[in-house]
Amino acid sequence: MATTDTRTMPMAKALNTSLRHAMEADPKVLIMGEDVGKLGGVFRITDGLQKDFGEERVIDTPLAESGIIGTAIGLALRGYRPVCEIQFDGFVFPAYDQIVTQLAKMHARALGTVKLPVVIRIPYAGGIGAVEHHSESPEALFAHVAGLKIVTPSTPDDAYRMLRQSIDCDDPVIFFEPKSRYWDKGEVTTEGVDGEGIDAEPLHRARVLREGTDLTLAAYGPTVRTALRAAEAMAEEDRSVEVVDLRSISPMDFDTLQASVERTGRLVVVHEAPVFFGAGAEIAARITERCFYHLEAPVLRVGGFHAPYPPARLEEEYLPGLDRVLDGIDRVLAF
Amino acid sequence: MTVESTAARSRPRDGGGGTDGSTEQTAERKDTGPTRRNTGRKATASGAGTRKGAAKKAASGRGGAPKASTSGKAGNPGTPEHRDEFGGPDMVQLLTPEGERVEHPDYTIDLDADELRGLYRDMVLTRRFDAEATSLQRQGELGLWPSLLGQEAAQIGSARALRDDDYVFPTYREHGVAWCRGVDPAQLLGMFRGVNNGGWDPNGNNFHLYTIVIGSQTLHATGYAMGVAKDGAESAVVAYFGDGASSQGDVAEAFTYSAVYNAPVVFFCQNNQWAISEPTEKQTRVPLYRRAAGYGFPGVRVDGNDVLAVLAVTRAAVERARTGGGPMLIEAFTYRMGAHTTSDDPTRYRSDEERRAWESRDPLLRLRTHLEREGLMDADALAAVEEESDALGRRVREAIRTMPDPDTMAIFENVYADGHALVDEERAQFAAYLASFEDTHGEGN
Repeated sequence: MATTDTRTMPMAKALNTSLRHAMEADPKVLIMGEDVGKLGGVFRITDGLQKDFGEERVIDTPLAESGIIGTAIGLALRGYRPVCEIQFDGFVFPAYDQIVTQLAKMHARALGTVKLPVVIRIPYAGGIGAVEHHSESPEALFAHVAGLKIVTPSTPDDAYRMLRQSIDCDDPVIFFEPKSRYWDKGEVTTEGVDGEGIDAEPLHRARVLREGTDLTLAAYGPTVRTALRAAEAMAEEDRSVEVVDLRSISPMDFDTLQASVERTGRLVVVHEAPVFFGAGAEIAARITERCFYHLEAPVLRVGGFHAPYPPARLEEEYLPGLDRVLDGIDRVLAF
Repeated sequence: MTVESTAARSRPRDGGGGTDGSTEQTAERKDTGPTRRNTGRKATASGAGTRKGAAKKAASGRGGAPKASTSGKAGNPGTPEHRDEFGGPDMVQLLTPEGERVEHPDYTIDLDADELRGLYRDMVLTRRFDAEATSLQRQGELGLWPSLLGQEAAQIGSARALRDDDYVFPTYREHGVAWCRGVDPAQLLGMFRGVNNGGWDPNGNNFHLYTIVIGSQTLHATGYAMGVAKDGAESAVVAYFGDGASSQGDVAEAFTYSAVYNAPVVFFCQNNQWAISEPTEKQTRVPLYRRAAGYGFPGVRVDGNDVLAVLAVTRAAVERARTGGGPMLIEAFTYRMGAHTTSDDPTRYRSDEERRAWESRDPLLRLRTHLEREGLMDADALAAVEEESDALGRRVREAIRTMPDPDTMAIFENVYADGHALVDEERAQFAAYLASFEDTHGEGN
């Protein structure tokens, strides 16, 4: 059945289409979360799904996040593939215990006899002028936990593909959706119900989005667009910046990153999360180990501060925007 | 294996126990919530759960005016109303501490001699296994052991109400339930010896892994039960937990979810009076079984040291769940006769007097008294069970002493189902590190 189709759509629609195709492909796929039914989710990612798949498969849950994940674990043990929506990044913490002590470890505790194919979708990161707890980037708090996989798309096409791959995965996957990019449009090639070709690119592989020779700029999720703009700006100054979209945080594709740094000799990592103990810290350590003799400058991180996510009027200053990224690049190039 | 679990589990049990009075007892919540697809399922009961207690007390005719009222003692913080030493007049009992059979208006049970002897055997063997494990900890063979001493009737009675297709989510103390589910007792010791963190296939006996984080499993049970309902299957799920866990948010959320989705789950709370050093007063101001009313499903307190009452009540609850009646809470009122675990010292926080008072309510003793009095078990039969328990003890000792340590590289096994690059990398690095010692050894000598 040739069902491949290419259309332009926003990331929100790509995610919605991905969920729809996954549900059509496998009757065991369920959607659970707060307001995911008639409302279609506060970001409308599940729009229309309850109408078409019914209340048994698109489940409006009580407002209790630990309950969402805890019951999803039970459903997974029964053979279902729950896709849970946590309404906002800052609301995941009531479920943190279930995710860390139960979901992440159960496969190992059972000596591999049970699988936990649970996807946890979390709209994350800032830039939308929201109140507190609606703009955070908690990915590092999950990356530290063995048993979880963590991915984050930056484009509508990746959003479609990576979500289907995550639903197909037999491990728990935390799927961080950059909410500030939900309405960015892009070309999406959908694979239809059969999903043939969905794995053309592995879920956990980083991608070089733009080749360059002077410096590698690594980003993921919401900062990828910023990174591309920074590379564009540097090109006007005749500096060649390579942009790597990491896509997967756990596992992380250090091979692709290493190959890039070996070509450029310099690395700047950009993420919205606080840099202290963040993904950039791990990247800096590993790239230093792998590329010590190739590095012309220390790895530099541009990201959030060790302070609570600020009120919306300050987030433009707080977030690693174009100017702060360019400043980081300048400093590394000048080293 | 020289000792096998009593009663072939392949034999589905009559959930109703013949004439149990579940219709009135397991008064169903008002039909306001569930709009689930299979509304065709017949509810087994009628009436409002909140009226159950009063109706039962009136019907029971025992104990005169109920001591526990919703208002009577509420003003006195020194005597929480649930703190009735042995369970109070609301408690379902079919076998007195003196071994006398009594009737209850809502729950009845009619077991033949073999079944009664089987329950006794289960309890003796479970107690023996537990004592053996405690000894093995003292001998250094186990790092820790949480004894179930005193809770044999609550566990055997509830677990013998289940069918093969039912599913159990235990805490870490459900050794008697595991026994009834057919889990090899030696397998329970693995995590306490430190050779694994779980160690069995939950689907092998529909008995999930022991769960150490308090209350987490009640949500797993609820989710599993939601799946059972979606499948249109007629199985029940039982979530075991304790009085301490009743304070956990996860348990509250499990109650909410199960009620909202009418999930076929039975919450089986063993109130053993102590959460390590904290008495039940530190967890609740109302009897635990009454919490159910606030969620819209029935709750009942049963004498947790009365294996017959536990069996009767659990049969009614699981049958109700299997037939679409939704969740139910059972509070088995019992007592933790031993320490919380082998690392605990109960002399620091509770009196000998209290323990002695509970000794007279021993679950094994009362069934044994009943069996002897009724002429259902003579000295030879009792001796045969003792002999069998000796054999079990020997087998457990042998099993623990021959239990192999895990391979070092097991650290990296089953971290992920679909693999993970970092685990692969670290596994290879660690293997190379270990191999470097072998090289040194070879060269140096």
